[in-house]
Amino acid sequence: MTAIQILFILSAVVILGAAVMVVSTKNLVHAALYLVAALFGVAVLFALLDATFLTVVQVVVYIGAIAILFIFAIMLTRREMRDQGEQLNRGWGAAALIGLLTFGGLFMLLSSWRGFNGTAAALPSGFDGVVELGAALVSTDAFVLPFEVASVLLLAALIGAVYVAGTKK
Amino acid sequence: MIPLSWYLILAAALFSVGLFGVLARKNAIAILLGIELMLNAVNINLVAFWRYGSLASIAGQVFAIIVFAVAAAEVAVGLGLVISIYRRRNTVVADELDLMKW
Amino acid sequence: MATETLIWLIPLPPVLAFFLIVLFTNRSKALSHTLGVGAAFLSWLGSMVVFYKAVTTEHFSGFASSIPWLPVGDTWFRIGISIDPLGAAVLFFVAWTIFMIFLYSVGYQNFGQPKGDHDRAGLPPHGATVTDEHGHKHMVLSVEPMYSRFFAFLGLFAFGMYTLVVSDNLLTLFVGWEIMGLCSYLLIGFWYGKPSARAAAIKAFMTTRIGDVFMLLGIAFLYQATGTLTFSEIFTEETLHVLATTPAFFGLSAAGAIAILLFVGTIGKSAQWPLHVWLPDAMEGPTPVSAMIHAATMVSAGVYAVLRMFPLLTAGWHEGAALLPAMNLVAFIGAFTALFSATIAVAQNDIKRVLAYSTISQLGFMIAALGIGAYIAAAFHLITHAFFKGLLFLGSGSVIHGMEHGVLHTGDHHVDPQDMFNMGGLRKKMPITFWTFLIGGFALSGFPIITAGFWSKDEILADAWANGHLTVFITLAVAAFLTAFYTMRQITLTFLGEPRTKEAEHAQETPWTMTVPLVVLAVFAAAYGWVGIPEHFPVLGGILPNWFHEFVGGSLLEHPEALEFSWAPLLTSLSVALGGLGLGYLVYRNVKSPAEDKLQIPALKNKWYFDEIYDFLFVKPSYWFAETFTYQWMDKGVIDGILHFFGKAAAWIGDTLRKYIDAWFINDIVADKLSHQWTVHPAARAVRKVQTGRIQQYMLTSIGVLFVVGVLVYYFFMA
Repeated sequence: MTAIQILFILSAVVILGAAVMVVSTKNLVHAALYLVAALFGVAVLFALLDATFLTVVQVVVYIGAIAILFIFAIMLTRREMRDQGEQLNRGWGAAALIGLLTFGGLFMLLSSWRGFNGTAAALPSGFDGVVELGAALVSTDAFVLPFEVASVLLLAALIGAVYVAGTKK
Repeated sequence: MIPLSWYLILAAALFSVGLFGVLARKNAIAILLGIELMLNAVNINLVAFWRYGSLASIAGQVFAIIVFAVAAAEVAVGLGLVISIYRRRNTVVADELDLMKW
Repeated sequence: MATETLIWLIPLPPVLAFFLIVLFTNRSKALSHTLGVGAAFLSWLGSMVVFYKAVTTEHFSGFASSIPWLPVGDTWFRIGISIDPLGAAVLFFVAWTIFMIFLYSVGYQNFGQPKGDHDRAGLPPHGATVTDEHGHKHMVLSVEPMYSRFFAFLGLFAFGMYTLVVSDNLLTLFVGWEIMGLCSYLLIGFWYGKPSARAAAIKAFMTTRIGDVFMLLGIAFLYQATGTLTFSEIFTEETLHVLATTPAFFGLSAAGAIAILLFVGTIGKSAQWPLHVWLPDAMEGPTPVSAMIHAATMVSAGVYAVLRMFPLLTAGWHEGAALLPAMNLVAFIGAFTALFSATIAVAQNDIKRVLAYSTISQLGFMIAALGIGAYIAAAFHLITHAFFKGLLFLGSGSVIHGMEHGVLHTGDHHVDPQDMFNMGGLRKKMPITFWTFLIGGFALSGFPIITAGFWSKDEILADAWANGHLTVFITLAVAAFLTAFYTMRQITLTFLGEPRTKEAEHAQETPWTMTVPLVVLAVFAAAYGWVGIPEHFPVLGGILPNWFHEFVGGSLLEHPEALEFSWAPLLTSLSVALGGLGLGYLVYRNVKSPAEDKLQIPALKNKWYFDEIYDFLFVKPSYWFAETFTYQWMDKGVIDGILHFFGKAAAWIGDTLRKYIDAWFINDIVADKLSHQWTVHPAARAVRKVQTGRIQQYMLTSIGVLFVVGVLVYYFFMA
């Protein structure tokens, strides 16, 4: 077992453990903090996959912005959730079953795929993923349209969120 | 070296845990947390397929970035809705938000 | 600092002041006017330094610097600054008048006075009640509610004028020109609560816009013909020669056509006939605005533009030759306007309106001078006129201000503080205003030797005489006579005799911020003429060198010759000035009311009915076209008619369908008879239980179904 594999297993354990805590802990603030831990684990995986830019974005956007947004929302609605003893609803058994079935189904499907145990080719020398990614995002032959649409989406979401959450006078 | 299967299994597990959270948590914010887990599972898959597939086609990473953008939009609007509902009905329990029933 | 750098910087302080006032200091009146006046002072200082350097430079031909600005094809469009002798002379008077007007505005807008009782933004201040130490209540002038805004606008205006003067090409000149157009709109409509001010602002904007469109056409034509808009590149002998020999249209050369198009812009801006109608109405603005627009800057800008374009106007012409068609047109417009508006001024009773028509008339003098090729005389008159007309306007503002004080004292608000027949005897109440106004008035009339107006006007007349333009000479001489006459009428009615109303008795001298500019401008109104005494003038000629002629003449490629002296124009100008003044005093010394005034002829009083004619010819048809033709016939009749037809047809179809299909078949037979009693209703009742409204339950169900379907598909089709 190589060091990289040990690193992977460690982060996988952190991710899955944190994810389970996210869906099971009674204290929502703790749930949000566990989410941060899980997201960090995913960032480590991105680094292992040589997606350097995504690693940074994962930390900056996901942990820096989205997770903080969650904590804000939890704080704003805190009084309500403390009263609730049970955090799972009545159908949680069925939900667990569905979850397990999903995992099983995915596992079956994937393991029957012939590329399941594929390995990665070494990065060619001089390969710069960030440059490739940047060029692809603004190239008219590649992804400039989705990129621009995403920015419009963000703007729309921004305005929508302000409109929905704002108090009407 | 890590085989692709490890990533895929991890992502599948993460996805299922997230799905369980979405289906089982009472609190609307917690449901959104579950959605985040699922989106991250998807992202792991996308990046892993890029790394283990053709490096020249950068689509995997681009998709991950689009997912980031969608996640940010979704969280902003979703939390806005939750806060708006909380302000009006004083609850964030998803089951109690059942105005749209028969 | 290099002079060129300094010239670049001159226009900037006022525009900075504009932004600072608008963005930050608009709540504080003191801070705003400090910024405004300070900026005007800085620009003034810069201008003076530049002027001093220009004057002290031996054989001065100009400062210039430019930067590439816009790539056009494979070259650059360059913008820059240039100050040639004409520019320096213009900069001198612009800087002085603008600075004085800023200072004057502090007093005119009643800084330091209490807030008015009922004042609101958009209306002139109505006065405030104060209680003195004895417990007596009385009314005093109140501060302008939009004081800061006024200084902001003035700043922007000053920016436009400085830009226009220092620019070295037609495009930036036009930019400054249009900025001033905007500011004049804003400032004329400053008291936007008054309907008359709103109408005047729109009128001024629309009228000058007509001229500006032609000017823009001229600029485009020029650029198309020469590929440049920079003065120094256009006014080379080769370019001018090419332009003068290229035919354009109506038998004009390209140079003539361009000059005429640009001149139409001047007609609008300098309020020449037939676009003169806006200027008298512009008197609705506060008085410093009148002075700013009607003396110091905007109307001068029009004449300045023609001066700048003089080589183009006269391309292919040399002194003594017959006038070119374009020059004939310019001379005609100028001379006609000079006489025409002088006749109107004679019958006006509003103190500012008299001055407004007088301004139009004097601008006509300059334009006429340019038309007959008297470049230096026109420039000279432009500058002396700016000083004395600025002085007269500020003086009239001071009179109005003093009268408003009287109106507040008596409390009778029906008395118009601008009507000269309500005044009289103000010389004792407002001595500084009186003496300075007298100097300005005499300069305007061309009182011999001691006033600047005499020298500049005399030079125009002498030029017309010497070059044999007898028609222009006679027209201008008659206009000059009328000028002296109405000026004396104004002075007599306003200041001499006894007060005709209680308000005039209680008029009061204005504060120092208003009188200081008056005194400064009065000095120039008297003394500026002495820099341009012709060499061959009897006795006085040659004592002082004819500096102006030498200096400003350096702007032209070919230095104009000094005129031979001749007695005829001098005697004419002496007799019309003194005769007009004398007659004005004799006729009006005992006139008490408008009824006794023999010259209140309806045609003159109503400005030769030009407003009515334009209303009939342009305004009414436009309204008719918009309201009756476009709106009633086209929009409501044709377009709405078609749409309504479709709407009605669709409604008819819908109604028919509803009646015979929906109501009868669906509702009666299908819904009521079939479903209600038999199937649909009970089935719906059973199925709706599924709709719990719980989102997670929906999700659970749908994923469960997905699984089942997935397994089935897998089992039956894939395996």
